[in-house]
Amino acid sequence: MSAPAAAPAVANGAADARDPSGFLSEIIGAPVTVKLNSGVTYKGELQSVDGYMNIALEQTKEFVNGKLRRSYGDAFVRGNNVMYISADS
Amino acid sequence: MAEAEDAGANPVNEPLDLVRLSLNEVVFVKLRGDRELQGRLHAYDSHCNLVLGDVTETIYMVDEEDEGEDVRTVKKQSEMLFVRGDSVVLISPQQ
Repeated sequence: MSAPAAAPAVANGAADARDPSGFLSEIIGAPVTVKLNSGVTYKGELQSVDGYMNIALEQTKEFVNGKLRRSYGDAFVRGNNVMYISADS
Repeated sequence: MAEAEDAGANPVNEPLDLVRLSLNEVVFVKLRGDRELQGRLHAYDSHCNLVLGDVTETIYMVDEEDEGEDVRTVKKQSEMLFVRGDSVVLISPQQ
């Protein structure tokens, strides 16, 4: 008889840093680029993220077609609109 | 130390805290479909359903007849507005 309950020891070793939400919590406080599905991008400092990928940004600049459109002191972005979050180097 | 304190030194622990801190303040809201709202935030929930008072809605319309990319804006006023959360893109407190 195989023992399925004991099996999952395989993949669980270093899950923490290697999953996407681990990455997101690592880059909190860092400057990021957030691209939305509409193509609009936001550059700012990542204040917080939650499980829906809702995002709070500080000192945010909004770019439409690469052109600066607007600046926000603080901005909340609803997660469903997010295409990606990139840590600026 | 005082981490349990709700609105302490670092009041933004999750993104929606930013919205909570904007209650009864004037906010700017970007919506799907090239619409923007500006009004006082009376209520919100985790879906980003919003109740705004004294609202100015700005609608951006592109006239595609000539390719000069003319953008018309139409403004509408409402005393009170309920916004369904799924059309919300961005919320920002107005400074």
